[in-house]
Amino acid sequence: MLELQGLTRRFGATVAVDAVSLAVPAGQMLGIIGRSGAGKSTLLRLLNRLVEPSAGRILCDGTDVTALRGRALRRWRRNCAMVFQQFNLVQRLDVLTNALLGRLAYQHGLGRARLLLTGGFPAEERARALAMLERFDLLGLALQRAETLSGGQQQRVALCRALLQAPRLILADEPIASLDPANARLVMQALRQANRAEGLTVLVNLHHLETARAYCDRIVAMQAGRIVFDGPPEALDAARLQAVYGLPEADLAAESEAAAARPAMA
Amino acid sequence: MRPATLAAGLPRVGEYFGKILPTLRWPVLFAGSDTEGSLAAWFYRLDSWSWLLFETANMAALATLMGAAAALLLAFPAARNLGAGMLPRQLARRGLEAMRTVPEIVFALILVWAFGVGPLAGILAIALHTAGTLGKLFAEAIENAGTGGFEAARAAGGSWAQACRFAVLPQVAPNLLSYALLRFEINLRAASVIGFVGGGGIGQELYTVIAQNYYEEISAIVVLILLCVAAIDLLSERLRHRLIGAPR
Repeated sequence: MLELQGLTRRFGATVAVDAVSLAVPAGQMLGIIGRSGAGKSTLLRLLNRLVEPSAGRILCDGTDVTALRGRALRRWRRNCAMVFQQFNLVQRLDVLTNALLGRLAYQHGLGRARLLLTGGFPAEERARALAMLERFDLLGLALQRAETLSGGQQQRVALCRALLQAPRLILADEPIASLDPANARLVMQALRQANRAEGLTVLVNLHHLETARAYCDRIVAMQAGRIVFDGPPEALDAARLQAVYGLPEADLAAESEAAAARPAMA
Repeated sequence: MRPATLAAGLPRVGEYFGKILPTLRWPVLFAGSDTEGSLAAWFYRLDSWSWLLFETANMAALATLMGAAAALLLAFPAARNLGAGMLPRQLARRGLEAMRTVPEIVFALILVWAFGVGPLAGILAIALHTAGTLGKLFAEAIENAGTGGFEAARAAGGSWAQACRFAVLPQVAPNLLSYALLRFEINLRAASVIGFVGGGGIGQELYTVIAQNYYEEISAIVVLILLCVAAIDLLSERLRHRLIGAPR
């Protein structure tokens, strides 16, 4: 059970996330929708502690995540894997090593020091990563540099990296916004499978309402940092959506499309 | 700075160069070193000079290596985009500043006093200055690299050092190597000059022949240094292009 209590983040005068309270039961697939700038990204970053909250708390099974430091914080981050819109692979590293970055937090003691010096992961870790790459049909690309891959392939590598963390939670920030429809489906199915088959809690930011309806158990809509809708996908009909956003669904989709295209081109 | 002084002094520069030019005579140009006017006579101490030049090149190489290693360690905390704490960042930046503001020759004078005349003082002096300048360049290269991979490594539970090692270093490595090679050329010249204050190598010999007005030997040594710098320039140019160009 993941619990957010009055979570707030301000950037100067603007409030990106405004007193958000939310309880996510373990094993749920939660879609977060909203116009760009609604605070969805900041919310996920707060959960992973890439961004520090200005106020409020995050609790996970009773542990105060917001108070974690050092090794305990790294363990928490290991437990909640992030997937990014721009994939965030290390472009000049090969695919295998990129995937292995998901195993960084599992290296301890002498092996950890040796890893820093030589950059070589132990054989059993490499084997584990190769098995994961095979699962995503990337085995043939294992020794290629990440920069030579297509967007869809890169996001699959990023998924491998996330799953190799053996997380309890996946935080996906617009994971399909830069992908073509076929790859988008592949990535969403992988997230759903991680959720259904392995029981991971998945929080996914989406701008396509249709995608959220198709894959998620529950949908949260955000506007100006606040939660304006929280319920099952069926409850979010066209009338409700227009009440929430002040826009008909078609306009909303077109707007999000344009917003998503901008960072992809940059 | 008076024009009159300049006017009076300029011819004397030419005069000095005239003095240090060797007297070479065509008919005996390739004769043995006993014959006055031959190349061999001009470079009559080529064996010991080559050895000293080799020593100088070694000083430069070792100093570059040591300086680059120190610069690499300090550049990561000094870079603004990797979120090292305020205190480490300030320490690294101020330390690098101090190392590159003090001229090599001043470091060398202090270190010669501490370690005595010889290459050790020279190497350490150049290494310190190199660490300062390369550290600044390295930090800027890191700041210009994207932080997406770094963020991902941190988000996966990697430590700061791990994220630097795996997500930043591979991205900037070709750049850093190219800077270090460039620095190697500069350090060869620096190592020659540092010999003047007792840092060993060809510089010390050059200082001796200048002080004793062995004019032809001055030009011979300068020519040797020029040839050596040109050789390293050519070599490192090739190496750098291979580093940057080939992997794409």
